[in-house]
Amino acid sequence: MQHHLILRVITKLLVSTIILFSLYVQFHGDFSPGGGFQAGVIMAAAFIFYGLVFGLENVQRVFPPWIVHRMMALGVMIYAGTGFFSMFLGYDYLDYNAFAPHHPSHGQHYGILAVELGVLVTVTGVMVAIYYAFAGRPPQVSDEDW
Amino acid sequence: MIVTIIDILLFFMLVMTALAIVNRRRLFSVVMLAGVFSLLTALLFVTMDAVDVAFTEAAVGAGISTVLMLGTIAQTSRREKDPTRSGVLPFFVVAVTGAALVYGTLDMPNFGDPNAPAQLHVGPDYLKNSVEDMDLPNVVTSILASYRGYDTLGETAVVFTAGIGVLLLISGLAGRRRREDEEEN
Repeated sequence: MQHHLILRVITKLLVSTIILFSLYVQFHGDFSPGGGFQAGVIMAAAFIFYGLVFGLENVQRVFPPWIVHRMMALGVMIYAGTGFFSMFLGYDYLDYNAFAPHHPSHGQHYGILAVELGVLVTVTGVMVAIYYAFAGRPPQVSDEDW
Repeated sequence: MIVTIIDILLFFMLVMTALAIVNRRRLFSVVMLAGVFSLLTALLFVTMDAVDVAFTEAAVGAGISTVLMLGTIAQTSRREKDPTRSGVLPFFVVAVTGAALVYGTLDMPNFGDPNAPAQLHVGPDYLKNSVEDMDLPNVVTSILASYRGYDTLGETAVVFTAGIGVLLLISGLAGRRRREDEEEN
């Protein structure tokens, strides 16, 4: 899409805003609608948006496929690891009270933050990986075909 | 009153969008209308005060899945094939199924009914205790991440599995074709 000047300028403006918004949704999920899943999808949407306008090669330079593929598994590991960590501290699996025994609601905050991070990482990875898988296959479509 | 009018308007637009989707043959406009459909659904969730669900619907239904459907069109065909058989039998099946679904909803509790079975199980406990247990204003987050932490772990695993499945199905094939091409050359 080399000739779409307006699209490209707007994309550059919007991508960073979308990523910032996704982080807001992630870390403000305790207080307002949203959470790891929504934030992950919005984060992935930012990269997909960039990829749609600037092409697959450019977005893969920013966010290489090998990182994306590892993120998919890393998120599940963060989530499951949180559970094993609380078990290691002598509590039940995924019992967040383990992280601050004297102040259980703080422990809950830490636990929720950790698992939401895991969800964010996995969802972002999976969404971007699926987009890469679809977009990486020939044939590429020219603008006129639509 | 105003909510009822908005609901009726949204449902009317939803039906109109669905009819427009059925009538189109160009798949590009079908995908775009499907995005509109998702967005209208998200608005309906907002009027039901289910903002978390609305958020997900808007991001996934209207955003990501539209892009994925466009990617699919790019791989396959731009136009739907014209139907070769008459639409009477499919229409009959759809009409009967729709009537059965409407008949099924007659037995369901009213929207927002505090005595609905879904409201009587663990819900009241979560709502009552979440402020003391978690000290979080958004009870949806408390339920998803802590009370039902196992379920969310399972969901994350499902998302992961879906990603792996797509990668195995699509990337694997592309790589194999490329290798075959290289061997032929």
